[in-house]
Amino acid sequence: MNTESTNSTKPTNYADIAGKGLWQNNPGLVQLLGLCPLLAVSNSVVNALGLGLATMAVLTGSNLLVSLFRHQLLPAIRLPAFVMLIASLTTCTELVMQAWAWELHQALGIFIPLIVTNCVLLGRAEGFASKHPPLAATFDGLMMGGGFLLVLVIIGTIRELLGTGALFANMHQLLPFASDWTLHPFNPETPFLLAILPPGAFLVLGFLIALKNVIDRKLARSVAAPEDFVPGSKRARVTGQV
Amino acid sequence: MNNAAPTCSPHSHQGHSVSQLMLHVLLACVPGTAALVFFFGYGVLFNLVSLLLMALLSEAAVLRLRRRAVMPALRDLSATVTAVLLALALPPTAPWWLGLIAIFFAIVVGKQLYGGLGYNPFNPAMVGYVVVLISFPVQMTRWLLPQGATDALPGFSEAVTIFFDGELLQGIDAFTGATALDSFRQQQGAQLVSEFRQSSPVMGQWSGLGWEWINVGFLFGGLYLLYKRIIRWHIPATVLLTLGLLALLFHDGGSSASHGSPLMHLFGGATMLGAFFIATDPVTAATTPRGQLVYGALIGIVIYVIRAFGNYPDGVAFAVLLANFAAPLIDTCTQPRTFGHAK
Repeated sequence: MNTESTNSTKPTNYADIAGKGLWQNNPGLVQLLGLCPLLAVSNSVVNALGLGLATMAVLTGSNLLVSLFRHQLLPAIRLPAFVMLIASLTTCTELVMQAWAWELHQALGIFIPLIVTNCVLLGRAEGFASKHPPLAATFDGLMMGGGFLLVLVIIGTIRELLGTGALFANMHQLLPFASDWTLHPFNPETPFLLAILPPGAFLVLGFLIALKNVIDRKLARSVAAPEDFVPGSKRARVTGQV
Repeated sequence: MNNAAPTCSPHSHQGHSVSQLMLHVLLACVPGTAALVFFFGYGVLFNLVSLLLMALLSEAAVLRLRRRAVMPALRDLSATVTAVLLALALPPTAPWWLGLIAIFFAIVVGKQLYGGLGYNPFNPAMVGYVVVLISFPVQMTRWLLPQGATDALPGFSEAVTIFFDGELLQGIDAFTGATALDSFRQQQGAQLVSEFRQSSPVMGQWSGLGWEWINVGFLFGGLYLLYKRIIRWHIPATVLLTLGLLALLFHDGGSSASHGSPLMHLFGGATMLGAFFIATDPVTAATTPRGQLVYGALIGIVIYVIRAFGNYPDGVAFAVLLANFAAPLIDTCTQPRTFGHAK
C-alpha cells in the first residue's frame, strides 16, 4: 500500500491507537459500526460480554493475519481475502464457544456467525491492518475490539439493570465459577420491560452517544482555546480516522 | 400603524395563538374528564394534578438544559395538554412513578429531544402512554370498577394510598377489575353477547358501563372544537366512520364469537378521545385535506384490527403512533395541486 512506506519509517504511537480505539474513534459510539449485534444482544451483561469478547478475539486475530499477508494480497482481490480470513477466525471462535460455553452460544444464536459481516472487522482490515505492521495492527484490533466490548457491556449493564432489576444473571454461562454472581440491587417486581426490548437498546445507545459528546465538548472547551472549537463541525459518522 | 409596511402571509387569519388553541382543547376536555372522575373517582384527579406538575417541571428542566427560554414554552400550554391527555389515558390506580416515567418519555424523549413543539414526529402523550403500557402491563391494566358496578369507589384516603403504592392497600382487589373492552375480549367464545351483557357488572347499555358517558363527554368536547374551528372534520370523521363501518361489516348480531357492535366500538374505550383530541394533533397528523382522510382511515382501521384481532383490548395509542409514522409519506403523496400549475 502507498502509505506503508511512510508509516513503517516512523515509530508506531501505541497511545494514539489506544485512545482512538477506546474513545475518539470508538466503533460503537463514534463510527456506529456493528450496530446490529450491538443493539440485538446487549440485553444482559453476559450476552454483551460474550459477544464483545468473541468480536474482540476475531478482530485482533483478523488484524494480525491481514497485516501479515498485506504484501501478498493483490489490491483487486483484497476484500474477498479479508472476508475469508475473518470467516475462518469466526468459525474457530464459534467452535470454541460451542465447546466451552454452549449455553451462551445458544443464547447468542445467529449473532456469532454474523461477526463475519460486522463492519468493524472489514473496516479495520481495510483501514488499518492492511497498511501497518503486525504488532501495531494487532494492538489496534485489541483496542478497537476493547472499545466495542466496553460499549456493549455498558449498554448490557444498563439494560439488564433497568429491564430485569438484576445484574450479572446467568454469568455461569461464560464463567463456570460465577454461578452465584447475580445481584438484585432493587425490587424486581416492577422491572422496566422496555429496556430489554429493542427500543431500549436504541434509547440507551442514543443517551450514551449524547453523554460522550457532552464530555468531548467539555474537554475541548477546557483544553483548546475557544476559537478552536467550531460548533456543528462534528459529524455523527466518521469513518476510518487512521 | 404604517399600512404600507410589508407583512408576511397569511394576511387573514383567526388570530389564534398556540396558547389559545391549547386553552380551547383543555376546555373541550372538561365534559369527558368530568364523566371520567364521576365514574372512577379521585384517582383520575390525582393523575391530572401530578402529571401536570411533572410535565411543567420536566419541560422547564429540559429547556434549561437546551438553553432555551423556559417561560414562553410553558405559557403555550402544549405541555399542559400533553399532561392532561396522558392523565386521561392512565388508569386511575396508577402509582406516582408510573406517571413520572410516562411524562418523562412524553415530554423529554418524545418532544424535546426531537426539537420541541412543532418538531416532534410522534404524539408525545401517546409515546409516554405506550412506553408505560409495554413496560408495566400489570399496573397499566389494573382499572377500577366504575361507579355503579361496585358499592363504593376508593375514598380519598384510600386513593392516596393507591397513588403512593397500590400494594399497600389491603383489599385493593375489591375495587379493581378489567375494563369493559378487556373483559369482552376475555369472554369471547363463552357466552352470547346479550348473556354476557347481563352477567358482567362492567357492561353498560351499548358498551362499557360509564365508558358510554365518558365517550359522549369527549364527543361533545370534540364537537365544540369543530365548532370553534380548532380542528377540521376530516380526521375525526374518517376515524369514526372507518371504525364504525368495519365494526358493522364484521358484526354478526351478537354471537359468542362476536367482535362487538358498532355502537360498542364507537362509544367504548378511548374512541372519542382518540378521534377528536389525540389523532388531530396539528404537529403529528397529516396536513393536506385528502391526506387527513387517509390518515384518519388508517387510524380507524388499526384501532378495529387491534381490538378485534390483536392482543391488546384497545388500540388507539398504537393506531395513532403508526399513523404518525405514515403522516409524512401521506402528505407527500396527497399534495394538492398549486393553483396555476399542472399536476
